[in-house]
Amino acid sequence: MAIDMDAQKSVLTMAAAPVRRSRLRIGDELALLQLIGVAVIVGSLLHPAFLTPTNLINVLQQSSELSVLVLAEAIILIVGKFDLSLESIVGVAPMFAAWLVSSTAINGSGLMVNPYLAVLLIFVVGIAVGTFNGWLIVRLKLNAFITTLAMLILLRGISIGMTNGRTLYDLPGPLLYLGNAHWLGLPASVWVSAGLYLTGSIILSNHRFGRALYAIGGNAEAARAAGIRVDQYIWTVFAIGGGLAALSGLMLTGRMASVLSGQGQNMIFTVFAAAVIGRISLNGGKGSILGALCGVILLGIISNILTLSNVETFWISATYGAIILLSLIVTRLTAGKSYRSD
Amino acid sequence: MPEPSFDGVAPLAATRGVSKRYGTTLALDNVSLKIHAGCSIAVAGRNGAGKSTMVRLLTGLDLPDAGEVRFAGKPAPDIAARAWWRSNVACVYQKSTVIPDLTVVENLFLHDHPASTFGYIHWREVRRLARNELELWGLEVDVDQRAGDLSVGERQRLEIARALRQGSRFIILDEPTARLESREISQLFDHVMRLKRAGVTFLFISHHLQEIYEICERVAVLRDGRLIIEAAVGDLDQGDLVAAMVGDAYQPTEGTGADPDARHNRNGNLGPSDPRPIVLDVDSVSVAGSVVGASLRIRAGERVGLAGLAGSGKSELAQAIVGQRKPDGGRILVEGQALPPGREDSARDIGISHVPEDRHANGFCGNLSVEENIALPVLQRISSWGFVSRRRRRAMANAMIARLQIKVSDAAQRTSELSGGNQQKTVMGRALASDPIVLVLEYPTAGVDITSKQTLFDIIRGTDAAVLLVSDEVDELAICDRVMVMFAGRIVREFASSWQEHEMVEAMEGLSQ
Repeated sequence: MAIDMDAQKSVLTMAAAPVRRSRLRIGDELALLQLIGVAVIVGSLLHPAFLTPTNLINVLQQSSELSVLVLAEAIILIVGKFDLSLESIVGVAPMFAAWLVSSTAINGSGLMVNPYLAVLLIFVVGIAVGTFNGWLIVRLKLNAFITTLAMLILLRGISIGMTNGRTLYDLPGPLLYLGNAHWLGLPASVWVSAGLYLTGSIILSNHRFGRALYAIGGNAEAARAAGIRVDQYIWTVFAIGGGLAALSGLMLTGRMASVLSGQGQNMIFTVFAAAVIGRISLNGGKGSILGALCGVILLGIISNILTLSNVETFWISATYGAIILLSLIVTRLTAGKSYRSD
Repeated sequence: MPEPSFDGVAPLAATRGVSKRYGTTLALDNVSLKIHAGCSIAVAGRNGAGKSTMVRLLTGLDLPDAGEVRFAGKPAPDIAARAWWRSNVACVYQKSTVIPDLTVVENLFLHDHPASTFGYIHWREVRRLARNELELWGLEVDVDQRAGDLSVGERQRLEIARALRQGSRFIILDEPTARLESREISQLFDHVMRLKRAGVTFLFISHHLQEIYEICERVAVLRDGRLIIEAAVGDLDQGDLVAAMVGDAYQPTEGTGADPDARHNRNGNLGPSDPRPIVLDVDSVSVAGSVVGASLRIRAGERVGLAGLAGSGKSELAQAIVGQRKPDGGRILVEGQALPPGREDSARDIGISHVPEDRHANGFCGNLSVEENIALPVLQRISSWGFVSRRRRRAMANAMIARLQIKVSDAAQRTSELSGGNQQKTVMGRALASDPIVLVLEYPTAGVDITSKQTLFDIIRGTDAAVLLVSDEVDELAICDRVMVMFAGRIVREFASSWQEHEMVEAMEGLSQ
């Protein structure tokens, strides 16, 4: 038993108490920023086209949809759950909206719904799916993996079936605005994503709601004992995740100026890659969304460099797999290090 | 059974002057104990007396630091020789080792199938063997049944059958009755008696002393790691047994379990004439399978102990009060306001704080800082528009850290990095942070060192909240104004502050009524 050791140690710590540890709150992000720095240097050495404003803005814009989806997954991971179906919301929510506003001639419904209402419905669909997932997992206590995998398959099928596998294009302005507008010289989606990360980061670190998510992910029973309504919080997080996934889908639709039948397909793998690289714990309760954002940007840069080097897409996928494995190993090997919770 | 003579016969199992130290705790101190075939023995002792260590040494889970363990006159082999140990001794622990999702036959032959060819298992033959085996040892269950669907008692007997199959004729039962209902206890005892007649010897560990007399020939008492006495059960009555467990310092004529402070408070405060208002009113609360119509009342400023052994229902009653468990009957009122049953959040809103028994399972969030853990229940109070004021949080956490003397490098230190004692203090800090009306403390000083213990006791004495202290540790119960004792789901006795340890132990063991 460590009883006496404890007493001895306590004397030592009391003596040492005035010496505070350095408060490096952004330790993990800092390491990732260094990696991003290295990637940028490598990129600019390999390709003169890399370090140009156009290319960098391009990287940011391409990362913005992914980053919103990673934000959604990150908060769900922080409460200790996960959701595979997010990527199918990216497809099905805009597909449903596009289907409502399109004529039958291009495989739409012919209902010609008001496009602003359609944009609203994108979010309704996303939040509804998230809420339903939450219900299955919180109330019926189903396993999150298989539940959201089934939901993924179901929604993927629906979004392809809705238009017989065709792409919907010629969409009205409101559906495309967020994905192709520019504000102050930067794509609107980049601003939206940055704003969400800023807000999300403040809420997660300083708001009761955010701190409760970490408590639940760390020890749900202890959180419950502290009076936190654990089930409602988890449910809410799933709903928010669904809403964010719908936003990601809306942004992607705008950038592509169409809704592809397989929109969002395989994004979930990249989402988990970014979250893991960003040190979001898959066991819940640990990690920051700024870390996850760094993960997204790092992946974006690497993918950009590989594309500029004319590497085939499938090799880029393989690279992602290798990066996930590598970051898992690094995380495990450095896990013994002291870690600040806030 | 007449006591046989063992002259010249090597004992089935024996320890020779074994000592075992864990860290700074001397768990066993020069213990020599012989267990003879056909002469089942009970090992009694209070918590921490060294019973579990004895079991670990006898089953080869640990090596003694000094002395040796011998079986049939020969020294036991290295602890790595698992097959040897398995065929000589088996232990049925309180916690089941049956795998619930496998069938009875799969559990019986776990990883050791009798009829297989190059690993291909001939199930028909295996089943037949299993039926024979179970019939032989008198366990009447369907071999294809899921083991998880068996009753607790049947699962225990299945574990015994597994041990016997592996060749052992010496079986240790570690508190086998703690989780059994009375009908199942008598079934287990019938089974044990039958096996004893068939030549099996038992070492029986139990807190329920009367059981010792039912199934054992001899009894050994451990206290503070030393063997106090070893005798035939007929030569030691229950009073002697309790005295041996409790020790000389607590003879009826001497000393008292309660502290002077508590005694001082006591005069006339027990009856209905007490002017202080009732803060917590537990009115004939029942919990299925564990608590039967328990009632207790705590007045403002009172500290009440809820004593009882594991399985007495005290933890379940405490869980019902804090809303972790839904009672099946009765009411719980705090300052006259009824608690919605089974709602932890409402219980907390009404003013009940809780230090749970298992702090790792539901005490704190290891991933969060000490500061955050302490502030978790009161985030609402220290935030505006939901945004937590870090300044106020730090201030309140520092105040609590100072009050409880939690040893941290600073308030932002991660709770999982702290020692057990300081984690326990953090959990206490969290419970106190909301200025509760009722404080339910389960084993509040478990695993903390002696100075921290004193600090925690001072804090508990100093709080304005009505305290319900759930424990079977005499030193914890001693700080209470009075103590209610539970046995087999009922509150069976109430002690005023000046009780004596042996009375308390007897009451918890269900001996005095």
